Amino acid sequence: MKEAKGKRMITYCEALNEAISLEMERDSKVFVYGLDVADHKRTFGSGAGLLEKFGPERYFSTPLSEDALTGFGLGAAINGLKPILVHIRMDFLLLSMSQLVNMVAAYRYGTGGKVKAPFVIRAVIGRGWGQGFQHSKTMHSVFAHIPGLKVVMPTTPYDVKGLFASAVRDENPVLFLEHRWLYWVEGEVPKASYTIPLGKGSIVKKGKDMTIVATSWMNVEALKAAEVLKKRGVDVEIVDPRTIAPLDKKIILDSAKKTGRVIVADYDWVPYGFGAEVEAIVSKECFRRLKAPDQRLGFAHAPCPTARHLENKFYPTAISIIRAVEKMFKMKPENLSSESFYTYENKFKGPF
Amino acid sequence: MRISRKKLNIELYKKLYLIRKAEERIQDEYSKDEMKTPMHMSMGGEAISAGVCHALGASGQAFSSYRSHGVYLAKTMETDKFFAELYGKKTGAARGKAGSMHLSMPEKGYLGASAVVGTPIPLAVGATFANVRKNNKNIVAVFFGDGAIDEGVFWESINMAALWKLPVLFVCEDNGLAIHTPPHMRHGYDSIAEVISKFKVNVLSSDSTDVEEIHNVVRRGINLIYATSRPCFLHLKYYRYLEHVGINPDFNAGYRSAKEFKKWNKRDPLLVQRQKLLKLSVPEKAISVLENKINASIERSIVSAQKAPFSSEKELFKDIFYERS
Repeated sequence: MKEAKGKRMITYCEALNEAISLEMERDSKVFVYGLDVADHKRTFGSGAGLLEKFGPERYFSTPLSEDALTGFGLGAAINGLKPILVHIRMDFLLLSMSQLVNMVAAYRYGTGGKVKAPFVIRAVIGRGWGQGFQHSKTMHSVFAHIPGLKVVMPTTPYDVKGLFASAVRDENPVLFLEHRWLYWVEGEVPKASYTIPLGKGSIVKKGKDMTIVATSWMNVEALKAAEVLKKRGVDVEIVDPRTIAPLDKKIILDSAKKTGRVIVADYDWVPYGFGAEVEAIVSKECFRRLKAPDQRLGFAHAPCPTARHLENKFYPTAISIIRAVEKMFKMKPENLSSESFYTYENKFKGPF
Repeated sequence: MRISRKKLNIELYKKLYLIRKAEERIQDEYSKDEMKTPMHMSMGGEAISAGVCHALGASGQAFSSYRSHGVYLAKTMETDKFFAELYGKKTGAARGKAGSMHLSMPEKGYLGASAVVGTPIPLAVGATFANVRKNNKNIVAVFFGDGAIDEGVFWESINMAALWKLPVLFVCEDNGLAIHTPPHMRHGYDSIAEVISKFKVNVLSSDSTDVEEIHNVVRRGINLIYATSRPCFLHLKYYRYLEHVGINPDFNAGYRSAKEFKKWNKRDPLLVQRQKLLKLSVPEKAISVLENKINASIERSIVSAQKAPFSSEKELFKDIFYERS
């Protein structure tokens, strides 16, 4: 489907809400369930109005039984429905790893292709402040590691709406990871339904000197870094893969071949992660065209601490990207004190 | 009435006999190492598989653990794809992807088997939710052992089914052993049936090896499900004749005694049912005829499975995802 741009400005959260509503309207087999989805807060507002519109049979809160809820969704899916399970924190989804890995991911395969498992599992990722080590995980590379799961990480309001529609229509298990801070971001979103194919990345910003492959919130940080680096004469290209599995290798490789320099700014722990995967692909396919070794940025390899000063050290930011780029180009570190960066208090609201 | 009872018991005996015979033939053939799949045998528990599946009827659906041969055979009454699957052949139920531990035949209502014991339980709750939404009245049964009730997902699932009044048939096949560990080393309570009765769930128990009696208990359970709008938990005891995994008896291993087996074997489900057929004045000869028919069809299935080709190596990457053609 063509990614026709509209003129309406709405938030990521509103775009997601529209997408859920449109899919529920389009297909009566779709239903939404999970911990507290029908409470007064409606999963940070992303479920606003859905209970009223579709009723408690298609939009309902559940017991705190993540493992069984996941198996429940799989059972409903193979018997003809299209479940959407919501985890308000990725950390809670980990309670369902047995169902997800042992059952959901492999079920179609194990029946020799006789059943389909159209099952969307939403999980909110990312930080507030002081969320600590059990309200802050991402773990997309863990899920992408498992054959049979698709993993989607939309960054923009436009992307979240189109990718959600594709996820629901995909007929396979899809993990849909939404960064909490992106909920506030505004962008142009057409009113009508549209889809963006899974497995197609996007160029968030064109550039010629180097490539940043950024996931989820790191696209915001990368854009800020690019703005600062431009003043120093570095023209950055930003690639958002949008889906981790399947991965759009071509868009990454095309950019890497063009610029010869790649930094992966990932929103997760670095070791054994998405950055390593991207770098392996880039090294294999364009080894001779690289002008500098690839670099990986991501969470500090520690559990996420609560105290703010430690939390600030834990998360990668535009500043860490700038420092990495400076190193790559053997530039002296710039004094950044005159720049303003995004923080929890200084929310980024877009648009992209 | 008499005739229909006779017919019912003949049908039930066919299921028992098919399961027992198919597994005896697995025992004969397994040492050739051509069936390269771990076997968790149903032997001893045939009355439960047969009684429950017969009561479910053709429209009923079932999930089970990897102790799956009984449920597969009772639900499908076919052995071609069964043996081909055990031999890993292209003609198998899942073209060799599943083996013994993940047998399924969704088109006949057998929605699958899992090798992680508690895992199929919530699937039955979700599959039932879909049936209720589609208003098709199909009952979904899930077979699991007493080891599975030690896992949290069982409690999560039965709670959800009770809460949402879903007509799930929970079939606990209690052989008193989780792998090799008896209940007193695993349970902080005495009676699972009593614990479950505190939920808004119908609970029925039986330690019968009489397939007709189990069939009748299941019918009662299904009627209760509809009458009360509550799920049903069946606590059915049986004795596992063979080792946890594998085709041999293991009374020399020391964790249980052959005495127990002898006690249960006196009321072996096949023995009980065969005697009943004679009592119901089914002639010995007629019983032999139906037994021989089943024997012959099993032999045909084994030969054709042995002769069948393996799938191409491309099969490795097939059906990981559904793709629109």
